[in-house]
Amino acid sequence: MSTNGQEKTPLLEAQGLTKIFPSTVALSNVDFTLHAGDVHALVGENGAGKSTLIKLITGVYPKDGGTILLEGKEIEPRSPRHAQELGISTVYQEVNLIPTMSVAENIFLGRQPMRYGMIDTRATNRQAKQLLKDFGVDIDVTRNLSSFSVAIQQIIAIVRGVDLSAKVLILDEPTSSLDRQEVDMLFSVIRSLKERGIGIILITHFLDQVYEISDRITVLRNGQKVGEHLVTELPRVQLITEMLGKELTQTLDEKGTEASASRAAGKAYLRVQGYAREGMVEPFDLEIREGEIVGLAGLLGSGRTEVAHLIFGIDQHDQGEAYVRGEQTRITSPRKAIQHGFGLCPEDRKVEGIIGDLSVRENIILALQAKMGWFNYLSRQKQNALADDMIKALSIATPNAEKPVKELSGGNQQKVILARWLISNPDFLILDEPTRGIDVGAHAEIIQIIKRLAKEGKAMLIISSELAEVVDYSDRVVIMRDRKKLRELESDDINENTIMQAIAAD
Amino acid sequence: MNSAGKEVSSDQNRRGNLKIGKLFSGDSRLLWTVLALVIILLVDRLISANFFDVRLVNDRLVGSLINILDNSAPYALLAVGMTLVIATKGIDLSVGAVMAICAAVAVVMIRNYEAGATEFYYQPGFVMLITIIIGAICGLWNGILVAFLDLQPIIATLILMVAGRGVAQMITGGQSPTFTNETLAFIGRGVVFGVPFPIYLALAALILVMLLVRRTALGLLIESVGVNDRASYYAGIQARMIKLFVYMLSGVCAAIAGMIVAGEVKSADPHTAGLFTELDAILAVVIGGTALSGGRFYLGLSVMGVLIIQSLLVGLYVSSLHPTTNLVVKAIVVLAVLLLQSPEFRRFITGPFRRTA
Repeated sequence: MSTNGQEKTPLLEAQGLTKIFPSTVALSNVDFTLHAGDVHALVGENGAGKSTLIKLITGVYPKDGGTILLEGKEIEPRSPRHAQELGISTVYQEVNLIPTMSVAENIFLGRQPMRYGMIDTRATNRQAKQLLKDFGVDIDVTRNLSSFSVAIQQIIAIVRGVDLSAKVLILDEPTSSLDRQEVDMLFSVIRSLKERGIGIILITHFLDQVYEISDRITVLRNGQKVGEHLVTELPRVQLITEMLGKELTQTLDEKGTEASASRAAGKAYLRVQGYAREGMVEPFDLEIREGEIVGLAGLLGSGRTEVAHLIFGIDQHDQGEAYVRGEQTRITSPRKAIQHGFGLCPEDRKVEGIIGDLSVRENIILALQAKMGWFNYLSRQKQNALADDMIKALSIATPNAEKPVKELSGGNQQKVILARWLISNPDFLILDEPTRGIDVGAHAEIIQIIKRLAKEGKAMLIISSELAEVVDYSDRVVIMRDRKKLRELESDDINENTIMQAIAAD
Repeated sequence: MNSAGKEVSSDQNRRGNLKIGKLFSGDSRLLWTVLALVIILLVDRLISANFFDVRLVNDRLVGSLINILDNSAPYALLAVGMTLVIATKGIDLSVGAVMAICAAVAVVMIRNYEAGATEFYYQPGFVMLITIIIGAICGLWNGILVAFLDLQPIIATLILMVAGRGVAQMITGGQSPTFTNETLAFIGRGVVFGVPFPIYLALAALILVMLLVRRTALGLLIESVGVNDRASYYAGIQARMIKLFVYMLSGVCAAIAGMIVAGEVKSADPHTAGLFTELDAILAVVIGGTALSGGRFYLGLSVMGVLIIQSLLVGLYVSSLHPTTNLVVKAIVVLAVLLLQSPEFRRFITGPFRRTA
């Protein structure tokens, strides 16, 4: 366990691992040590380098620098298969097994016990059953894999991986689609693996679970190792500080001067009560007033985007009710949400936002046109006028409105999506990571636009990982963790410290 | 910049695209497609000296050019429907089978009329209307599978492609029934002002659908769904209804094409009516520049693609080439047309010359 002496040879040791992609350094000189019988959690926000590190260890990518030692001997994994032969198995969130084959066949695929030159089904089943029983899982191994829950499938994948003589087991987001009971089941399997001396690398966004199951934590940020700690010696606040890369300071951050007081007076625009969806977000209440900006803060995977999707009707809530201007409303699709005056700039601009091959003009008028219907076609002059107005108002950098939107930079694409909503004059805008992946100039402009819109009386819900930004524009900040709304911070309490402490609170 | 100024500048852009200098630079699809058609017609003329001759015989124009247009009509109808389906990132493999079903329905019903049935729905006009509705229902079936059950379009429409011929056989009782009713036959072999009636039908379908998609927002919404249906849904577009609509329209087009084919031969053969037509329709759409990956679509160019294929086939018939070579020659020419349209290929071919220039 965590008492493993430093003098013992570590099970897996990576020294100075580096990976350079044409545009970025994905991993820079990272050391990582895993002891036998330890659960070592790897944490960090998007783009921190967690998956790059794993891919180097499992031979998905060739490394550009550093060495990997397994039980003191240097290894050069060439492929995931080769890594597995060396004793490093990986179980991904999406189980890589064959759903239409039986559990036993899946466990022994490619190495079934043979008898008289044929597969010995009975021996396969018997051995599979015993193997699972050892982990406290007693199921009918002749049934198809697909007839079991994701948790069981994951355990089966783990058992297969471990039985292929694994010394190191990598679990990549194993719990992200499991409920509490299933997590417990998985954790008991992990504990029995620990007892067998298997070293486990755990990647997860759920910090509660990190504290529950792991012995050590390594924090990565922007491709660099920020810290390695025994879990017992790392307070939550420090963990979050390291993940987000902010120094906890004692002084209060300066709050945007034009903020709150004057705006908070607006009438309630949207109120949701006990909104929830099983396995996605736990029941939450939320109220947003006209002209108010509510920030939604939390780590990746905390349920921020899920809240936006429930409110906008992309995913259906199965509990709770929503009131728009006091009137109870059922919002079951984006179309309905839009008819009530909502707009959403989604997190994944390319997949969920822009229509890449269509022109800037067409992208801008799209939501308005969809709202107006098929036969109420905006005239070309009207379209040109609207597009040109928006290009000017938001200073979208494009030679003309006819350029395909996919050829614009990220910041300008974001502005086009904002423009799409603005011309349909919404009352309520949800912005999911509006400034992610855009350059500094456009970043500042978008913040300006956000503030201007609130001044015009629009209700806004903004999700962002950039705490400084959230502090700057929010009148109120809602803190999410592990798919739950933890608490709300009001005007004077809003600064980076309080937000981080709230995220980390026990 | 005001919007008037913008329009002038984008008009200039559009005109600029047609300049000879830009021929090798990419976006001149219309020109290359027309050029391909002209070249094929000129080759046809070389093969057969009287290829361009058109004469009036018994008040009907005859000649190879008329044959090309006449043969193209059912394919043009299919291509119009297929273009919109493909624009939504779909495909409709069932149009040939839907033609067979609709031909069977029309012929079996008209035979009842000929046998003296007096119910109003056996009147030729109603028979045609019902046939079109059957086509729409076939499209509705495809649309439900694709849009609401999220089946892959190629699989969803494959089901009706296979089952449809069986349905047609069941309707005709396994026979190839014939009929004599001149009203139904007119759809396939009628002549108006010397020009075969199917040509009017195809032209009307093309113009109507063009008006429908370009004078309303439908065309934009179809392209949007084809490029990115998730983002379109998030923007409030009823992506499912749009998919449903294009498959239904494709079914209606197939129904009319089925009646043309039945009218031509005054019978409905469930085994051969519309056989493999879906493939030529898809090919025509691709020649016309609508990508199978969905998005931008070009109705007029799809029909141009049909004309290219038919000019080629009619040329082959009048040539002295042995008929066994037809399919191979067709494939080679189609490949050549597609290469001619590819900016990459043109750059590859012209690259060495431009460097020396």
